[in-house]
Amino acid sequence: MRSFMRKLDAGASAVAENGLIDRRALLGQGAAIAGALGIAPALATGAAAEPLANAPLADGPWSLEVGTAMRPYQVPSRFEKAVVRSIDNPDNLPRNSRARTPHHHLQGIITPNGLHFTICHGGVPDIDPAQHKLVIHGLVKRPLVFTLESLARYPQTSRIGFVECGGNSAPLFSNEPLQENVQALHGLASCAEWTGVLLSTLLEETGIDPAAKWIIAEGADAPHLSRSVPVAKALDDAMIALYQNGERIQPEQGYPMRLWLPGYEGNMNVKYLRRLKLTAEPAMSYYESRTYAQILPNGKSYRFYFLQEVKSFITAPSHGHVLKEPGYYEISGIAYSGTGRIAKVMVSADGGKSWAQAALQEPVLPKAFTRFRMPWRWDGGPAVLQSRAFDESGAKQPTRAEFVALRGETTKPPSVLAFPSQHFNAITSWAVDAKGTVRHVYA
Amino acid sequence: MSTRSAFAALAFTLVAGTASGEGPNLGKPITEGEIAPWDISIMPDGTGLPAGSGTAAQGAKIFAERCSSCHGDNGKGTEFGAAIVGGPPRATLDGGKTIRNYWPYATTLFDYIRRAMPYPQPNSLRNDEVYALTAYILSLNELIGENDAMNAQTLPQVRMPNRDGFIIRFPDRI
Repeated sequence: MRSFMRKLDAGASAVAENGLIDRRALLGQGAAIAGALGIAPALATGAAAEPLANAPLADGPWSLEVGTAMRPYQVPSRFEKAVVRSIDNPDNLPRNSRARTPHHHLQGIITPNGLHFTICHGGVPDIDPAQHKLVIHGLVKRPLVFTLESLARYPQTSRIGFVECGGNSAPLFSNEPLQENVQALHGLASCAEWTGVLLSTLLEETGIDPAAKWIIAEGADAPHLSRSVPVAKALDDAMIALYQNGERIQPEQGYPMRLWLPGYEGNMNVKYLRRLKLTAEPAMSYYESRTYAQILPNGKSYRFYFLQEVKSFITAPSHGHVLKEPGYYEISGIAYSGTGRIAKVMVSADGGKSWAQAALQEPVLPKAFTRFRMPWRWDGGPAVLQSRAFDESGAKQPTRAEFVALRGETTKPPSVLAFPSQHFNAITSWAVDAKGTVRHVYA
Repeated sequence: MSTRSAFAALAFTLVAGTASGEGPNLGKPITEGEIAPWDISIMPDGTGLPAGSGTAAQGAKIFAERCSSCHGDNGKGTEFGAAIVGGPPRATLDGGKTIRNYWPYATTLFDYIRRAMPYPQPNSLRNDEVYALTAYILSLNELIGENDAMNAQTLPQVRMPNRDGFIIRFPDRI
């Protein structure tokens, strides 16, 4: 059977080795090809292993009684309890708290608000929006203070885009592949529709002293988190975000307002924003001078990395999934770049020896998640699944070997919760063994 | 709005010499004096440092009372609070970023302690106390003498060993 399938893959519908299929082969014409070759359609193949599909049709109890009352704010089915963020500080001990997005359970490009990743450095503040103010001062012509009520009257702009922690994917700096799933490895990135006031609109009203090169942004949270942002970014596309996916930003995400810098390191997107000070020099705050500076193999460190570079990872199948039987599966994942749009995503099922171009699901938006898909017929043998993204600037996602040659790796495996360095954007590899078990490998 | 149109809009504002007549203009003017209680940013050149002064001896006492429950006796660290002294001579990807081997500016200590510490009561220390704690930490790390007072004049003069150890990743984005 395996050799037969390999023969099929080498035929008209194969686009790369080890089972990657031309997606057009699945649309009408493909069914004819499969039928002609005596291959059962994908769903029928799967049904053989599923007793439910063979059972006689009958009403379930939910079809024989009246359902429950609605809730003012609806929540997912009780059968979806696994679809939650992972929380690394559930008891709110005196340290940072992180919640990671369960990418392996999600589809499309929009992260639901309840599943959007977040990091807080001093708990989640309980801010009264009627008491919150935003001050813009420093090297401006007219220092101004804005209330939430006044900002809500400004022209609003909506834009879909990702936020990614600079430390997302940091476990891949480990010298050995940590056996962890896509949520643990890549869960500090999410994508939403943000609505608010462009910062450039407010800076038109304060005026800018030509000497201003930086804006020090500060939150109203306990650590008064502070980051320096180039004025150039503020005038380009920075937003004072008030809404996320149509509703007010939730408390863990910066209620009642946050700075949103599309494509820039998550920590700079200051939550609970209360002050913007224009200056000639950066403040060299704790986070920019220590935490978000990246040690290089030569002993020097990068500072002001800012940009979240082109990146992708496969979300299904991924570490922890088990393929029950050979046959059809869709390889799916997300790609994004802080530079602009994703131009293409290549997928490999043989550890990078051969590649095929994945379908990009519309919309393909700049500085936003882009969903890619690739049909795959697993023949039951070993496979190594990889994705590699290219953005419209020409930047391409590096292999892990290329990446660590420049940026280094640990000498011993760290905790999966550790951050040996940041801004990891190399290729992730998932190995499928003959039992269908999927695990994280370096390839 | 693109950078170009933002600059164009700003240029128009400057030429027109008004507070952006077409815009909502819903911001309320505020003076730097009124902003002062929130203006807690300290720059590497010392800009923003308040009046006040403190020594390592004074800081040791405050540290024992307010900081050691997390940062450990004599700053050796605990499960919750980073060590503020010791560590390897050089940071690597295996860890070990310390104040002595990594932080480029001593002013960041004052800025961070005042705005974020003690963890359960941020922004509650008096400026003299923040100077004293800053002096204590710098002294423990042998970056200043144990009798050196830290204040708005002396703190920016402290030369941190790793000041020149950084490369700007994307200079054209600044």
